[in-house]
Amino acid sequence: MTSTITAGSAVSAGPAPSPSFPARRRGSSLGRKRIEIALFAGPALLVYVAFVLVPVVLAAVYSFYKWNGYGPIQDFIGLENYRRALSDPVFLSAIGHNLFVVVLSLVVQGPIAIGIALLLNRKLRGRTFFRVIIFIPYVLSEVIAGLSWKLLLQPDGPFDSFLRSIGLGSLKHLWLADSNIVLWTVFAILTWKYVGFAIILFLAGLQSVPAELEEAGRIDGASWWQIQRYITLPLLGPTIRIWAFLSIIGSLQLFDMVWVVTGGGPAGATTTMASYMVQYGFQRNQLGFGSAVAVILFIISLVFALLYQRFVLRRDLQGSLTRGVG
Amino acid sequence: MSSAVLTTPSVSPAPLARQRRRIDWGTPLIYVVALAIVGITVVPVAYIWVSGFRTTAQLNDNPSAWPSPWILTNYASVLSSPTFWTEVANSTITAIGTTVGVVFLGVLAAFVIARYEFRGRDALYSLFTAGLLFPLTVAVLPLYLMLRDLNLLGTLAGVIIPQIAFALPVTIIILVPFLRAIPGELEDAASIDGTSRFGFFWRIVLPLSGPGLVTVGVLAFVGSWNAFLLPLLTLGDPNNYTLPLGVQFFSTQYSQDTAMVLAFTSLAMLPAIIFFTIAQRQIVGGLTGAVKG
Repeated sequence: MTSTITAGSAVSAGPAPSPSFPARRRGSSLGRKRIEIALFAGPALLVYVAFVLVPVVLAAVYSFYKWNGYGPIQDFIGLENYRRALSDPVFLSAIGHNLFVVVLSLVVQGPIAIGIALLLNRKLRGRTFFRVIIFIPYVLSEVIAGLSWKLLLQPDGPFDSFLRSIGLGSLKHLWLADSNIVLWTVFAILTWKYVGFAIILFLAGLQSVPAELEEAGRIDGASWWQIQRYITLPLLGPTIRIWAFLSIIGSLQLFDMVWVVTGGGPAGATTTMASYMVQYGFQRNQLGFGSAVAVILFIISLVFALLYQRFVLRRDLQGSLTRGVG
Repeated sequence: MSSAVLTTPSVSPAPLARQRRRIDWGTPLIYVVALAIVGITVVPVAYIWVSGFRTTAQLNDNPSAWPSPWILTNYASVLSSPTFWTEVANSTITAIGTTVGVVFLGVLAAFVIARYEFRGRDALYSLFTAGLLFPLTVAVLPLYLMLRDLNLLGTLAGVIIPQIAFALPVTIIILVPFLRAIPGELEDAASIDGTSRFGFFWRIVLPLSGPGLVTVGVLAFVGSWNAFLLPLLTLGDPNNYTLPLGVQFFSTQYSQDTAMVLAFTSLAMLPAIIFFTIAQRQIVGGLTGAVKG
C-alpha cells in the first residue's frame, strides 16, 4: 500500500514520485527539506484542519450538550439530543424523504439518462449544440433553478396553463402545496436539473468504449440491443457507478432546492435532514440539537459511502478514496 | 442463445445492409427524442427570459402569452439597480477568492505529497482525502460559531476561507497524480542545472500542470458561484449577498411583482450559463476524476 520506490526506477514518466532527488539530498539538506515541506504543505493543512476537521469534531462535541450557541457550553445531556431527533416523527420522515430521493434518483434518473445517452451515442447533426443545451440546468444554481420552477408551478401559473393548452387541464394540481405530491414535484425539479449532467457524463463514458468492439459484435450479427446490453453497458459500468455515487451523496445532503422551493413544507412534507438541521440549529438556535442532527446525517452518508466503495466501486478504484499514496 | 448468432459466419455486405436499414428508421426517432429533451430543458428557462419582457398585470391576466408589446422596463430596472451589480460583484469576488486560494494552497500541498519522500506523507494524503467524507453541511453550525468568534460573519472572507478549506480535498486528489506524472528526469536535470526545488516547482511543475490547475480551478469556481448554505448562514446583510442569496431575497421581497422577479432571475442565470458552458469539459472531467481518485 505504501510502497517506497527505489532509486533509479523513474525511467519512464510513470506515476512514481521522483526517487533519486530526495535520496541524494538526504543528509546534505535535511533541515531545508523539512522547512520546504512545512512551508508548502503547512498553509493548506492549517486551513483544512481549522475549517474542516475542527468544525466536524466540534459538531460531535456540541451534539452532547444542550446549548443555544451563546455563553459557556456546560449543559451536558449525553445522548439526549440523539434520542430526541430519532424519536421525532418529523426527523424520521426527513430521513425517509432523503432516502426517497436517493432511490428515485437511481431508478428513474439513471435509466433515463443511460437510455438517452445510448440513443445519442452516434454521429448526429447538432450534437455539440445538444450537449450545450442539456448542460444548462446543471450549471444553474439549485437556488435559481428552484425559484424558477416555483414561479412556473404557482397555482394557475404558467405550468398549469400549459397543461390546459394541451388538453391535460385535469392533471392540474397544487404542485407545491399538496403534501401528497410535493415531494414528487421536488424530485421532478431535481430530475430536470440533474439528468442532463448524467447524460453528458454517460456520453463521455461512452467515448471510451472502443468502436472496434461494437463493430466486431455487429459483424458477428449481434443486434443493436445485444450490442448495448452485452458490450456497451458493461463497459459503461465504471461511469454508471461513479454517477450513482455522486447522486446518492448529493441526495442525502439535499438542502438548497428544498429550502427555496418549499422551505421543507407544507407541514414537513419535504423536510430533509439538512433542512431540519438548519431549521433547528440555526433558526431556532438549538446548536446542540442541530449538531446531533448533523452527526446523524454524517453517519448515514459515511455508511453509504463506505458500503458503496466497499461493494460497488471496489473494482473501479485503483487507489480508493481513503487509501494511502501507494 | 446469442452465441449461436455470434458464431454464424456472416457475409460482409450483410451487416452493412442491416446497419443502413437500422439507421433509416432509427435516426428520425433519435432526433425526435433529442428535440423533446431540448424542449423540456429549454422551455422553462426560455419562458422565464421571455416573460421578463411582460408586465405583472399581463402575467396575472394570462401567464403564458407572448409579450406584446415587448416591455424592457423590468430588465432595465434590474440592470440599473445597484443591488444586482453588487451581488454580481460579491459572487465574483467570492468565487475568484475561493479559486485562487484553493489552487494556490492545493498545488503547494499536492507538490509536497507528490514529490517529497518523508515520513507521514501517506498520513498527510489520507488526511486530506478523508475530507471528501465531510460535507460542509455537517460542519456548518460549528463553522458559523467559529466565524462569529473570528468576527468574520457578514464578510465575504467568512465565506471564502471555509470554501477554500472544503475544496482542498478534491483539489489535492486531482492534482497529486498530475504532479507525480512529471518525469523524475526533469527534476534531476533542473537540480543539475542548479535550480532549487522551488525553482523546479515554479518553472517546471506549474507550467506542466496547467490542465490540472484549470480543472480544479473551474470546479472551485462553480462550487463557490452556486453555493447557498454557507452564505445563507454567514452573510446576514443584503449588501453582502451573493447572487443565489440575492435572487432568493429579491423573490420574497418583490413577490407581488412577478415580472420583476422573472427579469432578475433571468439575469442572474446568465453569468453561470455563459461561463460554465465554456468550461463544460473541465467540470465533467473533474467531477468524475475526483471520484475515481
